[in-house]
Amino acid sequence: MTDKSGKSLQAGPEQVLYARILEKGMFFGLLILLITFTIYVLGIMSPYIKRADVSKYWSMSVGDYLHEAHIEAGWGWIKMVGYGDFLNFIGIAILAGVTILCYLSIVPVLWKENDRLYAGLALLEAIILAVAASGILGTGGH
Amino acid sequence: MTKMGKLVMVSLVCLLLIPVLVPTAWSAEAAPIIPQASGAYPWWIWPLLLLVVTFVMGIAAVLGGVGGGVLFVPIISGFFPFHLDFVRGTGLLVALSGALAAGPGLLKMNLASLRLAIPVALIASTFAIIGAMIGLALPTNVIQIALGVTILGICILMLIAKKSEVPEVPQADSLSSILRIYGVYQEASTGQVIDWKIHRTPQGLALFVIIGVMAGMFGLGAGWANVPVLNLLMGAPLKISVATSKFLLSITDTSAAWIYLNKGCVIPMLVVPSLIGIMLGSFVGVRLLKVAKPAMVRWIVIGMLGFAGLKALSKGLGF
Repeated sequence: MTDKSGKSLQAGPEQVLYARILEKGMFFGLLILLITFTIYVLGIMSPYIKRADVSKYWSMSVGDYLHEAHIEAGWGWIKMVGYGDFLNFIGIAILAGVTILCYLSIVPVLWKENDRLYAGLALLEAIILAVAASGILGTGGH
Repeated sequence: MTKMGKLVMVSLVCLLLIPVLVPTAWSAEAAPIIPQASGAYPWWIWPLLLLVVTFVMGIAAVLGGVGGGVLFVPIISGFFPFHLDFVRGTGLLVALSGALAAGPGLLKMNLASLRLAIPVALIASTFAIIGAMIGLALPTNVIQIALGVTILGICILMLIAKKSEVPEVPQADSLSSILRIYGVYQEASTGQVIDWKIHRTPQGLALFVIIGVMAGMFGLGAGWANVPVLNLLMGAPLKISVATSKFLLSITDTSAAWIYLNKGCVIPMLVVPSLIGIMLGSFVGVRLLKVAKPAMVRWIVIGMLGFAGLKALSKGLGF
């Protein structure tokens, strides 16, 4: 149902596309997180920090934790993904990254609909989120 | 619930049972009970307790009509041995997961408006990044005090804020007209088709600067602030405001979560039990919604928040 002003009870094509990608990304990220956490808690892959030692670190500030445990912040976890605990970061990164993908995917749809303003805003948002994700704005504790 | 939803639900329950069914996997490392910073408890008590508490929190959040993040940060930072840096990082991921889970359905039903969310999210997420950077640069006790004050402020807001089902918007302002922020939705209970538009867009967007900073600084999520601004100030109908606010969190919290993630404030042993607990609690909460008395639950949530706010304040002041 669409009236003269273009208002419709149905979601627009860009909104539906965004929702579909968000849904798939969310389920995929969650599934990966559940699998990797199971691997971690069952000890299938040995962790970088022994599970019994985690409690030594969680009450420290992040700066002290990184220093004491010799952990590289930012995307440094990729190098440590062979450890059971750092394996979990794959699912976390997917959950935190799916929104960037959603935004990028709707840019061509909005552009095609001649909605240049929103295409620009969506692209700008994707860039802002990508900058936050990149680690350019700083890594490591205080 | 979709097939995928059922699969995730079953997986969550299985994961919940792992420590019970396979005790050796946990107890082998837990055997030497070493008194540490977390007290004289075996290490696995805390993640297990976290799971239970976040499960209850998930129920309370649904019944009380608040987001998981706003309960998580003050309560966990107040009563668990985890440093505030990790609690905020985890809190953002908890709020983000809740928003990611709800977002697709709300968008498909056209209750969350992408046209309304895009400009708002651009401002809120940019300032959430700034808020996260400020929050991680300030001393912990300063953040604790500010968190305590903010939580007590949220309690007051919850007590006094009114809601308007369909606010009267005589005329859309020029900015919202240029951005074409308007829509229609069908009220399921009455079948009525509601035509909506917004006003006071510049003022609303300006407030999202503050909301973004606070969301990033405290890792709270920001539904408690989004809804009053969208509904009472900008005039979006309540259902559109609530749905768009929930979806907005998936963007605002993404930007702040990356800052915390890159700074190293994420420990999987805290994140995953919290996500499982909150999600399972939310599933149960939705089912309890039919029989619970929302007004009473709301009072309990306000009480819990008030207590946690005072605890954060006393921790920050060193009492």
